[in-house]
Amino acid sequence: MVPLSWYLALSAVLFTIGVVGVVIQRNIIVLFMCIELMLNAVNLTLVSFSRFMGDVTGQLFVFIVMAVAAAEAAVGLAIIIALFRNRETLNVDEADLLKL
Amino acid sequence: MDQIALDIPKLMFLAFAGIAVVAAFNLILQRNPIYSALSLIVTLCVMAALFLMLSAPFIAVIQIVVYAGAIMVLFVFVIMLLNIREEESKVDRQKYLKWAAAPMFLALLAQVFAVIRYVDAQAPPIQSPNAPGVNPADSLGTVESIANAMFTTYVLPFEATSVLILMAIVGSQLLARREKKEDIERIEEALAVEQSEQELAHRTSEKSNEEVAA
Repeated sequence: MVPLSWYLALSAVLFTIGVVGVVIQRNIIVLFMCIELMLNAVNLTLVSFSRFMGDVTGQLFVFIVMAVAAAEAAVGLAIIIALFRNRETLNVDEADLLKL
Repeated sequence: MDQIALDIPKLMFLAFAGIAVVAAFNLILQRNPIYSALSLIVTLCVMAALFLMLSAPFIAVIQIVVYAGAIMVLFVFVIMLLNIREEESKVDRQKYLKWAAAPMFLALLAQVFAVIRYVDAQAPPIQSPNAPGVNPADSLGTVESIANAMFTTYVLPFEATSVLILMAIVGSQLLARREKKEDIERIEEALAVEQSEQELAHRTSEKSNEEVAA
């Protein structure tokens, strides 16, 4: 059997890659995909704990996380479309109207 | 772990983990967002395989249908809709962040591994839902067991999720809406009428001024 720590390690690596992606990428769509990657890494942790504790609650949490991710993607992509209409760019550094 | 005996599940896990990590790196290093989206789909499908290994078949199917299906189609659709060319950033204020990324990556990983080193859990044996005389609701990860928990103990979070999705529908409609053509024409007409009225008033006042001067 695969030990629990292996799953947790893979989840940590994927989450960290997502964080690094948010830091180095400037394209707002790719930023969004990095957020999805991080959500998925957390899902992997939840499912593996669910398996190793023999409790189904973790999988329920994953279900709700997926629903939230779907809602977030829909609203976020609508915001991206509105931003692109007004600014003609997807670079997050160009949308700095609220910055001093 | 004194010795790591490699059996079939471990080899499968290593293969899946390798694919997932490579695809995730490809996701953040690509310049073209469509390649990023494709590598994210690869990662999501591999995660579904890992969910199957963790005896969560329902979550694995949902992962493929909702994530790799619905959400990623939405992403690809928006990328195609906006038809973005590869654009070089005009302002690159965040240049120093790229140099901070690698040490941050290592520090975060080191922290997590420091904790994970002490994790030593054994997976409890679970009943196969297909075994004779087994109620599927008692087995982990089946649709029956998840539905059992969802509609009894966790019914309130479930209903809250439906309200959240309703709000997301309304919000995205409102955000992505374009002003209707006839609305714009009506506003322009109203503006034109107002402008001509103002001009008229201006002219009559000028005329009366001239009369007063005369």
